[in-house]
Amino acid sequence: MTAELNVATRATRVRIGAGAGYSGDRIEPAVELVEHGALDYLVFECLAERTIALAQQVRRRDPELGYDPLLEARMRAVLPAAVRNGVKIVSNMGAANPLAAARKTASIAHELGLSGLKIAAVSGDDVLDVVRQGAYVFEESGDSVATYDRRLVSANAYLGAEPIVDALKAGADIVLTGRAADPSLFTAPLIHAFGWPMDDWNTLGQATVVGHLLECAGQITGGYFADPGFKDVPMLARLGFPIGEVDADGNVTITKVAHAGGRVTEATCKEQLLYEIHDPRRYLQPDVVADFTQVCVVEQAPDRVRVSGGRGTSRTETLKVTVAYVDGFIGEGQISYGGPGAVARAKLALEIVRERLEITGVVTSELRFDLIGIDSLHGATLGERNAEPYEVRLRVAGRTDSMDEAVRIGNEVETLYTNGPAGGGGVTKTTREVIAVQSVLLPRELVRPSFEMVEA
Amino acid sequence: MKLRQLAHSRTGDKGNTLNVSVICYDARHYDHLLAHITPERVKAHLSDVVKGDVTRFELPGIAAMNFVLGRALGGGVTRSLALDAHGKSLSSALMDLEIPEP
Repeated sequence: MTAELNVATRATRVRIGAGAGYSGDRIEPAVELVEHGALDYLVFECLAERTIALAQQVRRRDPELGYDPLLEARMRAVLPAAVRNGVKIVSNMGAANPLAAARKTASIAHELGLSGLKIAAVSGDDVLDVVRQGAYVFEESGDSVATYDRRLVSANAYLGAEPIVDALKAGADIVLTGRAADPSLFTAPLIHAFGWPMDDWNTLGQATVVGHLLECAGQITGGYFADPGFKDVPMLARLGFPIGEVDADGNVTITKVAHAGGRVTEATCKEQLLYEIHDPRRYLQPDVVADFTQVCVVEQAPDRVRVSGGRGTSRTETLKVTVAYVDGFIGEGQISYGGPGAVARAKLALEIVRERLEITGVVTSELRFDLIGIDSLHGATLGERNAEPYEVRLRVAGRTDSMDEAVRIGNEVETLYTNGPAGGGGVTKTTREVIAVQSVLLPRELVRPSFEMVEA
Repeated sequence: MKLRQLAHSRTGDKGNTLNVSVICYDARHYDHLLAHITPERVKAHLSDVVKGDVTRFELPGIAAMNFVLGRALGGGVTRSLALDAHGKSLSSALMDLEIPEP
């Protein structure tokens, strides 16, 4: 198809699948989708808030890395069927290095004997220099970003659909981005296929609903949902990932490959609609402020749910930027007690560790003790209402300024083996450097997205 | 009866803010749940976890409420000392609320 024909021929229906809901997600469901989903597009959303900062640290060590660690495995798994079935791929697996991700994908295609692929790398989300030079203030803490200075690791603006649409217009078969708003990975192919104007706020609002529903993949087909006896889901070990069948007005039917595990119901769609939403009238996105309050969710047939009624108002003049910075260290240790008196022994162990950290001078800015099995998830008020558990696991976690002190927290749990209460077993200890994130709002004119095409 | 018998729920995280949906299985129970699952009650029930304000948004079109819980994630998912830093398990705590029969 020539470029002119591509523009002139507007789609009447687009089938778009979600191949991953986070960076470590299962790979077979994407293969199932690309082989049996009759897809036009397959989208992989793989970039959590902090992931790009970790990728940036990797890139500093090796300039050819910094993209998603599973990029190669995913591309090897889906590319043959994607090319055979004419499925285009959009993903934020470019992470901190979209161009290197595109080059890597091209070399994988070459190895697989696939040729003629156009792979676009979208850049412009990295705004660390802009943020460093300006007088910005964190939305969450009110702190001046400048005072974080050398602790800053990365700053990435949430790009909207436009650079992805531009890349698709230029004939890209695969588009790899860094930070982009998750729904935009889905709205971009729809905007491209249907030719929607970028100021058709209601349609972009409904398109945001589509993207939001699909972006966590298995979370709308029965994952993060099952509750035996109340909400049963078949074959979760073979959970199928979702397909959105979208019409030219943006209305979507959520479905899945027939033989795949899981289920699509009004309940799974409603749970995902409200996932990570604050005010449903104002879901802020780079391209639109979406309004979910008029959304209708109707099951049309088993595993076919129609979702319509998303609306929108004009986009804001700022883009959200996630700023990552090093934030000290966390040290942790755990030990288990079982049988009669388990809770009393765990509580004794807790007091011993608390005193040991004082005696040995481990300085923590925050210290937390949990009794796993009692109060680690919902706190003591709810956790202590029930009968004593048969076994319990003490967990000690503390925030420190140095790795050395973080190590000593786990060590003080470990020494309980020979110095603590009877029958303590199964010690584990961990330490990690903390990369925390906060956000700033940047005037959108300071962010200049673009793409570069790599031919395979 | 328990809220779990009339509604289902999912939590989501953003920074130090948690949202918890409460979605009716049967839309006819929506007004009943609106009356009994108030922001004050949610804040009291999750008082060990939620340090900030609780706001309730209503979505009558899908017979659902969305609770937004401020300062509920131990300073933020990326730096929290909590075992469940995302607060994913908290929807189940809410489902344990006692409510009168509709």
